[in-house]
Amino acid sequence: MTTSDTGPTAGPAAERAALVRAVAEQHVDARGPLLPILHDLTEDLGHLEAEDLALVADVLNVSRAEVHGVVSFYHDFRTTPPAEHRVVLCRGEACQAVGAQELYELTRERRAELGRDVEVEQVFCLGNCALGPSGTVDGRLHGRLDASALTRLTAGWRR
Amino acid sequence: MEEHPWLAGQQRVTFSRVGVVEPASIADYEAHGGWAGLTRALTLTPAEVVAEGTESGLRGRGGAGFPAGVKWQTVLDTPADQKFVVCNADEGDSGTFADRMVLEGDPFTLIEGMLIAAYAVGATEGYVYLRSEYPHAVAALRRAVDVAYTHGYLGRHVRGSDLSFDLHVRVGAGAYICGEESSMLESLEGKRGEVRVKPPIPAVSGLFARPTVVNNVLTLCTVPMVLADGGAAYAALGTGRSRGTQVFQLAGNVARGGIVELAFGVTLGELVEGYAGGTRSGRPVRAVQVGGPLGAYLPPERFDLPMDYEAFAEAGAMVGHGGVVVFDDSVDMAAMARFAMEFCAAESCGKCTPCRIGSVRGVETLDRIIAGQAVDANLVLLEDLCETMTKGSLCAMGGLTPMPVRSALRHFPEDFSGPPAPEGAVR
Ligand SMILES: Cc1cc2nc3c(=O)[nH]c(=O)nc-3n(C[C@H](O)[C@H](O)[C@H](O)COP(=O)(O)O)c2cc1C
Ligand code: SF4
Ligand code: FES
Repeated sequence: MTTSDTGPTAGPAAERAALVRAVAEQHVDARGPLLPILHDLTEDLGHLEAEDLALVADVLNVSRAEVHGVVSFYHDFRTTPPAEHRVVLCRGEACQAVGAQELYELTRERRAELGRDVEVEQVFCLGNCALGPSGTVDGRLHGRLDASALTRLTAGWRR
Repeated sequence: MEEHPWLAGQQRVTFSRVGVVEPASIADYEAHGGWAGLTRALTLTPAEVVAEGTESGLRGRGGAGFPAGVKWQTVLDTPADQKFVVCNADEGDSGTFADRMVLEGDPFTLIEGMLIAAYAVGATEGYVYLRSEYPHAVAALRRAVDVAYTHGYLGRHVRGSDLSFDLHVRVGAGAYICGEESSMLESLEGKRGEVRVKPPIPAVSGLFARPTVVNNVLTLCTVPMVLADGGAAYAALGTGRSRGTQVFQLAGNVARGGIVELAFGVTLGELVEGYAGGTRSGRPVRAVQVGGPLGAYLPPERFDLPMDYEAFAEAGAMVGHGGVVVFDDSVDMAAMARFAMEFCAAESCGKCTPCRIGSVRGVETLDRIIAGQAVDANLVLLEDLCETMTKGSLCAMGGLTPMPVRSALRHFPEDFSGPPAPEGAVR
């Protein structure tokens, strides 16, 4: 691990900067390293901040605008912190054929009932199309979802 | 398992090892015929391997159905300091999951297929672009790649031969358009996934402007079988210009979902009523969408259609990646047409106007139709929009979104007459 010798020298901001630089440097010699770097950072940090992107741009020797353009293009990269819990429901056609649209709308309406800090997002297909409606609950894939299954799967969030 | 009538009727070629082998075991892979295709390929010249591919009649399983051998020939014939093989594992089409199943269940077959493709065209480096929605597939493939390196099937001088090939697994980032090959190449290069203007085609100037084979997972996973048994054996299956087998994926409102591998030529009705056993809800089938979100909706009256690229094209539909999504009679086809436009608006790369703007206008126009506002005039407007998108879009995202819309209009016009008029109202 290489650390930066510029910027703040102590505290959480400096630690974050050091991590970002280390991750970026780890991939810098790969061809087309930007997506792998952004994936790793998202996994480690949850979201990407402007300062993180500036550091990545610096390590890769590209403009900040270029990095920002890539981040904004892809759904997986976010610039705001994620909620504590996350439900992602499939709205692909195969899941719609078994009621996914209604489930998605209902779940968004009752988001606050599932827990204090919950996001409900959509996805177009999880590759589980024979067992819809499909979705992920805190990253875990589930099939044949309905409102009561979601209530059960999120029970721990309300304790 | 073998006795199950559902399985027994199948003709498993591409999927012959899925569910049979232990996915992480290279010894198990070898014991079930693994590496036979590569071993034979290495006794042939690259041009002979390409010729086997051409003779097999194998066409791209990613959607467009382009002959694999022809694509490989172009890459072989294009001189360059370096060439690439890229596997399209973005599998964004709703109703499809065969790529995921083979990646999770038999990942060495993909590695073998890519090695054969690399040998055929003279490539030394490969990438698999795998969607982030498939974390288990990513893990299974990465594990298999590590094992293959350890056993000398990847890296320098594969099994002591002249073939050297490095393979990288890259993860997508939640953009449907990155399944389009040129958008995928941009993404692999670390850019926004914007579609490239063709020409040049990727076979001439692809990844990092080098000649690049881009093939779907199923295409590449069929290659080892083609080389092991010879192109002619594969071409003996199928119908017309659709040779070999297709891994059909039965999804949506089906009593029995899953994959069914069969020779081309099986009818849509045999898949939906026979293999899938009709709907899960027990209600009558009303519509079937074949070939993903850009594919046509077909009514049971078209169940006679054989699964065949040309027959489907003639019917205004497409086989695509082989997804078959079944809807019962509760489906609202105007809502599905609206969704096709909404999906296009959400997933458009934004590079060309007919797609970027046309899809948004399409949603608005369908909203008015659904609300019963000036229905006839808006239906004319919708048809104009479809025409503009079909003719003016840079890629098939905008170009084919009208297919589900128009097929819904054509086969289910009764769903587009606006809401039922309230009692006593004049329309
Ligand atoms: C909008 C759009 C999405 C696509 N998505 C995929 C996909 O997810 N997987 C795939 O293999 N091909 C997809 N394709 C087709 C690819 O552009 C390309 O034709 C294919 O990867 C070539 O491989 P093949 O000849 O083996 O099918 C898509 C095309 C378009 C226009
Ligand atoms: S048709 Fe749509 S996805 Fe394709 S290039 Fe145009 S804007 Fe991009
Ligand atoms: S359409 Fe929902 S998992 Fe595929």
